[in-house]
This record gives sequence, structure tokens and C-alpha cells, in this order.
Amino acid sequence: MADVFQATVRIFRYNPEVDTKPHWKEYTVEVEPTDRVVDVLHKIKWYQDGTLAFRRSCLHGICGSDAMVINGRNALACKVLMKTLGPKVVIEPLRGFRVIKDLVVDMEPFFAKYRSILPYLINYDPPPARERRQSPTERARFDDTTKCILCAACTTSCPSFWANPHYIGPAAIVQAHRFIFDSRDQAWAERLRILADRDGVWRCRSVFNCVEACPREINIKKAIAEVQQAIITGSRDL
Amino acid sequence: MNYHKFETVIVGAGGAGLMAALYASRGAQTAVISKLYPTRSHTGAAQGGIGAALGNMEEDHPEWHAFDTVKGSDYLADQDAVELMTAMAPEIVFELEHMGLPFDRTPEGKIAQRRFGGHTNNRTGKPVMRACHAADRTGHMILQTLYQQCIKNNVTFFDEFQVMDLLINEVEGRVVGVVAYEIATGELHVFHAKSVLFATGGWGRVWEVTSNAATLTGDGAAIAFRRGIPLEDMEFFQFHPTGIYKLGILITEGVRGEGGVLINNEGERFMNRYAPTVKDLASRDVVSRAIYLEIRAGRGINGQNYVYLDVRPETVNKYFAEDGVQGPDGKPKQVTAEYLLKKLPDIIDFCKTYLGIDPMQEPMPVQPTAHYAMGGIPTNIYGEVVIDEQNTVLPGFYAAGETACVSVHGANRLGTNSLLDIVVFGKLAGQRMAEFARANDWAPLPQETWEPTQAMLDRIRNSRGKERAARLREELRRLMMDNVGVFRTEALLNDALTKIRELKERYQHIAIDDKGKTFNQDLIEAWEVANLLDIAEVTTVSALARRESRGAHYREDYPQRDDEQWLKHTLAYRQPDGCIQLRYKPVVITKWQPKERVY
Ligand SMILES: Cc1cc2nc3c(=O)[nH]c(=O)nc-3n(C[C@H](O)[C@H](O)[C@H](O)COP(=O)(O)OP(=O)(O)OC[C@H]3O[C@@H](n4cnc5c(N)ncnc54)[C@H](O)[C@@H]3O)c2cc1C
Ligand code: FES
Repeated sequence: MADVFQATVRIFRYNPEVDTKPHWKEYTVEVEPTDRVVDVLHKIKWYQDGTLAFRRSCLHGICGSDAMVINGRNALACKVLMKTLGPKVVIEPLRGFRVIKDLVVDMEPFFAKYRSILPYLINYDPPPARERRQSPTERARFDDTTKCILCAACTTSCPSFWANPHYIGPAAIVQAHRFIFDSRDQAWAERLRILADRDGVWRCRSVFNCVEACPREINIKKAIAEVQQAIITGSRDL
Repeated sequence: MNYHKFETVIVGAGGAGLMAALYASRGAQTAVISKLYPTRSHTGAAQGGIGAALGNMEEDHPEWHAFDTVKGSDYLADQDAVELMTAMAPEIVFELEHMGLPFDRTPEGKIAQRRFGGHTNNRTGKPVMRACHAADRTGHMILQTLYQQCIKNNVTFFDEFQVMDLLINEVEGRVVGVVAYEIATGELHVFHAKSVLFATGGWGRVWEVTSNAATLTGDGAAIAFRRGIPLEDMEFFQFHPTGIYKLGILITEGVRGEGGVLINNEGERFMNRYAPTVKDLASRDVVSRAIYLEIRAGRGINGQNYVYLDVRPETVNKYFAEDGVQGPDGKPKQVTAEYLLKKLPDIIDFCKTYLGIDPMQEPMPVQPTAHYAMGGIPTNIYGEVVIDEQNTVLPGFYAAGETACVSVHGANRLGTNSLLDIVVFGKLAGQRMAEFARANDWAPLPQETWEPTQAMLDRIRNSRGKERAARLREELRRLMMDNVGVFRTEALLNDALTKIRELKERYQHIAIDDKGKTFNQDLIEAWEVANLLDIAEVTTVSALARRESRGAHYREDYPQRDDEQWLKHTLAYRQPDGCIQLRYKPVVITKWQPKERVY
């Protein structure tokens, strides 16, 4: 490989069993430009230092396991190529969550917020024998927000969330949007009530770090605005 | 020690585990244990679609779907199971829709369907639109929808708990629980149950180039095998024709379903020669072999180990015209970049991210990638694990999804049939295990529960050898790719077996860096490597014995299918001394006698 280069990778390390506080550890790794950051983490873990902990599974941006802070930005380690970072890389865990070990954080508070918005289709009518009909236009209405993989990159990039950990955060709003604007759903008004709470959608200060952080390129700004609009008008037919 | 008691315990939270959980929890106290947070499961990576003869786009019938599945399986599938699955397909797809699954829609608002490999109109032999899909993230939608329903129904989850052993009460001959390792704390948990389901997914990580997640290490199958339960048809592992070159990331068959074609270095659409009727939409085994043959003949792109998958609109339209493909209006079918972008957003994104290529402008470099385990833990159509030639049930033990072998896929699975398999048999197994729990009393745990797991973990932790588990894994995966891949011979398989056994010996001398309790993935990965080694060995032993070619198992030294000798399922047993014994059981044939398979 012609373009192999040496990268210096500085990683946030913390193991509550032995460390009183977090520290940095630096590794030198030979990388190819097309290596993903997750490949580099694997090279470190497998061949240099097996004590390093980070979550990962699918390795291609679909499962949401490996959101972390890479050179100051939230991203999935499996979707960032080394050639876009160059020879110096700094990796930290997502901000705003308790660190369990190294790059592994406690996601439970995040999932609790997800669960709070009633993240499931609610339709009180008995289902028909075949599919419920939905026009392509109705289906397109919420297409974007169905892409969310619950990686938490958006929520943990949000200054409002850093300032107030009770803020429900962009991910939960995106998930709520997915149901509120689904023509088959009948509990949208209830979800709007939940999001109108003081730790709900109005905590958004329109900084929109989340838009840049989303590895699925969901237009979160639009989703939040639509939810806010629906609350104001009391209608989902915007 | 942590001790839990649930009537039914489900191991795995992919599509199969979650569907089972929804049904089991209606009738019994249920716990789901998963090494991954549920929505991280690899079902979420499935792209192309779920097969069901809804007939929303054109004429179709469950019987056609059944025949295609049997033919695709190279006649090794059990036909009773196939008929059941394909007959249940429409109702279960509607059930998913009712749960909220956002399928793509036709102009009339029905579920949209597209063409997929091996799915045909049985009268004309031409591809039929049967794959129900949500863009190219159908699996993501299934996983999300099922998890949402589990939240709605208050299912109990133990997330990031890794099951490491199966507990059997030998006196009563019943499975009575599992032992799990809590990843965050390193503690062991004993789960006492009346019925246990394994839905732990596949083991593509045995091979170097794979579409499978880093976590698909065959844990459930390996655990069962070590506990004396046979593994069925392990020689049949599917290589999907179109993985991204070197990375193995899947490019769904839906790309060819939408009109994409495979092209060699001479610019030829070579599938014309290998499958004159359905061409690029032949079964996966056929297409993967064709790609390798092109590469061997020096027609890989620039002489390299890959070919092109071309879905540029101008290419698609050119071949639509050549094939006489018509749109709903009877005019020659045409696609636009805008349409393809809507139908295939994720794969376009993968290509841009990982290759810097826009598939609307350039063709994609692809090679076959280790994809799907047809074999696994043998079950009947209710998900009950069966342990011999007579299909004797091991009470209390169930398996579903990719880790199970019902067998509906035989020697080669058709695309869209796994998502169908996981929901159909997940549901049936979930119902059945709850019934079993209601009808039966608790059987006591065996004398030893967590102790063997603790001893095994201590051995890994305290071992002071020089081998790194990761190095062994790397060697194993390359070996399996070279010797136990798409083309096999006696010599290659024998060589593989010798080397796997050497790797197993070296495994005895591994050492890990992390001796701690908190999130010790060093330890877990080392344990998973043991699973990969066991699975690789069974696969190779089963493949060596089968002296014929059928579906995904292609022996260059025995290139013909041999129904006289080999129309039967392999059952591989681990003997107490560690040797592997092979036995065989008949294939269930209902309607379709084996015929030559041409596409
Ligand atoms: C990229 C890709 C695309 C695909 N596309 C399609 C498609 O379009 N159509 C189709 O029909 N099929 C497709 N397939 C195949 C299909 O997606 C899978 O076969 C299917 O999703 C497997 O589901 P499962 O529930 O059996 O396993 P998985 O979804 O893999 O889930 C396994 C579960 O088991 C858990 N687990 C594993 N080991 C342990 C352990 N030791 N302890 C505790 N928990 C454990 C995991 O945490 C996980 O929750 C595709 C596969 C891939 C890889
Ligand atoms: S590992 Fe799945 S999103 Fe990165």
C-alpha cells in the first residue's frame, strides 16, 4: 500500500476499577487512508492494548453502537475514514453520559427518554385483513425520521442537553416525529403533550449541532421545527 | 451469584428473538437476554426485503414462493416447513404492517414489492416482484418495529448480558436455563427457566470477507454443540455475490432487483451466459460461482479479484430494453437516478463513504462475501430443538432465526427468505415455548450451574501463554476464505482441518491483557474466538464428508449433485472426547421431486 501512514491516536481512558480519574493514552498506529476509525481502534485493541474498551458491531454505520467524539466532533467510528483526519486523532466518549469504561458510556438515560415518547404505533381501530393503506405521499411525510439508529450522536452534541441533562434531546424528538406524522398513528396528540413539557422540545435553542452530528443525515432541524409547529397549531396537518 | 427465574428465557434480540418475545410474553413470564442492546442486532443491517406472495404488483402465489424456495435450496429444504413459511408469509407481513412497519407503498397505498434473486413467476420463469421492502433498510425497520412493540408490551430485557452456557437437567432430559455474563460488571447470572430459546444469529465472522457484524460469532450454535446437541447442514454457508470489494459490506440484491447488472473486465454482462432466463437474478450460489469463474478466467476488473455491479440509470435502461422489461403501463421500463436514490439510499451512501464512489456515476467494485448460515441448531416447525434422525425433541429447548435450521433454506437460501424465516419461526417458537411453560412444572437446575463457566473464564484470564486470540482469529478467517469458501476440494478441506486443529491447540496458549471485571471485551472476544474455531471445525468436517455439489456447497472434485447418496441432512455431533461424529437424516419431500436446477 503506497499511502500507509503513521497516526498518533490519543484516547480517553478510564477504568473505574483502577483509575481515580480519567487520563489520556497515546498510541502510534500504522494506518491506510481508507481505514475506518473503528479499524484503528481494533488494531490498538487487538495488537497493542487489549484493555481498551469501545462498543461496535455492524461496522458500517447501521447499528449505532460506536458513536464517539472524534477530533472534537460526534461521529460513528465506523463511518469516519482516516484519510479525512490525518495523522493526529483524538478520541473521547460521548459527552453528558456516565463513563462505564474508556469509550463506553451508560446509555440508559438516553433510552429512558426514547421510551418516554411512546415510541410505537398506536392505532385503536381493529386492523383490516390486509395492510392498512397509506399513500406514497403520506409515507414520505415521515420517511426521514425512520432512519434514526439511536446512536445518540445528536443528543450528546447539543449544548441544551449539556446544560440540562433532563432535556429530552433531539433523538427522542426525531423518534416522536416518526410516529406523530405517520398517517396510521392516533396518539400523536398525546406525544405532542409529552414534548410540550418544560424539558421537551422548547428547550431546543436552535444551535443545531445535531444536524451535523447525525450520521444518517436526518434533517433534525426540520423535524424539530415540525414538531414545534404541530404543538403551536394543535394539528399535524402542517 | 445472581439468580433469576423466568418461565421462558429468550437469548438474542434480533428479529427472531424479539418476535418470539412478543408471543412468549403473552403467555408466560419472559426475559430476553442479549449481548447487544437490541436495536444493535444485525437484523438491522438487512436491506433488500422480506418475501411474501402478496401479489400487490403482479400475479403471485404462495405456492410459487414455496417452489422457488425449494428449487433455490437445491432440494435440500424440508418441504413441509417451506410450505408453512410461504403460506404464512402474507399474513405475517400484514401483521408487521399493523405493528407499524413503514413499508414503501404502491400508488394505491399497498405494500410495495420488487424483484429478487430466484423469485419467479412459475409459469414464465421470469423474475416476479415479491420482496416487500422499506427502501434498502427493511431489516432496520423490522428490528425497530419489533423492539417498539416489546417496549409497548413491557417485555423484560437483560441488555449486554452474554450467554455462555446452556443448563440441562440430565435426569429429566430437559433444558432448564442458561448462564450469562454481565458485560458491564463481569458477574455471572444463572437464569432458571422452563423453556429456553436460542436466537443468537449467524457466524459470518468465521470468514475473512463477510457482510456480518463483528459480533456474529455463532455463540448459540457453539454452546449447544458443546452441550452435545447436533448441528445440522453446517457445510452450507452462503456467499452473497455482491459485497463491497475487500470490506465485505453488503450491496443488496435489491440493486439487481431494480435493474443493476454484473459486468466483467470486457464490459460484458456475463450472467447472460450462466443463467440465460433470469440472468443477474439467479440464485446466490450460482451468481457467486459465476463471479469467481470470471475472475479465474482473468476477466476480473483489471485482472483483480472483483467485478463491477452497475446500476447507473443508463445501464439499467439499456438492459431493460434488451430484456424487454415493461413498466405497469406496458411501455419499456425506465428508471431515473432520482428513483434509484429513493429505493437505494443506504447503499449509495455506503459507496460514497467507503469507496468515494457515486453509484449513479460509476459502477461498484464487488466480490462475494460470507453472508448467511443455512445450517444450525436443528428444529421442527414449532422451533423445538430436535436431536436425532427421528427428530426427537429435547424438551424445553427452542431455536429460531439464523442460528436454527428448520430447514427452510436447505443448501442455499433465497434472498428475502431470512427476514421471513425469523418472524415466522420466531412467532411459532415463542407461542410454543409459552405453551410448554404453562403445561409443565419447573425442573430443578443441575448440580453445577455457573461453576464451569467461571472455571473457563478464569482459565482464559489467568492463562500466561504467548498467543493473541486476535491473531488466531485472523489466521482462521483467512484460512476459511481460501479453503472452505465458494470452491472446495478434498485437498483444500483436509488442509483446512489440519490447520484449524493447530489453531485450536494454539488457542490453549492464549493470553489476554485485560484482567478486570468492567466491560472486559478482551475476555469476551477470546471466548468468541473459541466459538469461531468450533464452528469452523464442524463446517469443514461436514463439508469434507459431503462428496457432491449442492447449493452453496461446491466440490470441484465432485461437481454434480448426487441425490441418490446425498439427498439428506448432515447432523454433526461432538463426542465427549472432542471428536466430531456425522449422522444423516432424510429430507422431507411433499410435492416437489428433485429436478435439475437451471435458471
Ligand atoms: C447485510 C445483510 C443484509 C441482509 N439482507 C437481508 C434481506 O434483505 N432479506 C432477508 O431476508 N435477509 C437478509 N439478511 C439476512 C438476515 O438479516 C439475517 O439472517 C437475520 O436478520 C438474522 O436474524 P436473527 O434474529 O436470527 O439474528 P440477529 O439479528 O443477528 O440477532 C442475534 C441476536 O443474538 C444476540 N446474541 C448473540 N450471541 C449471544 C450471546 N452469546 N448471548 C446473548 N445474546 C447473544 C445478539 O445480541 C443479537 O441480539 C441480511 C443479512 C445481512 C448481514
Ligand atoms: S459499528 Fe454499527 S454503527 Fe458503527
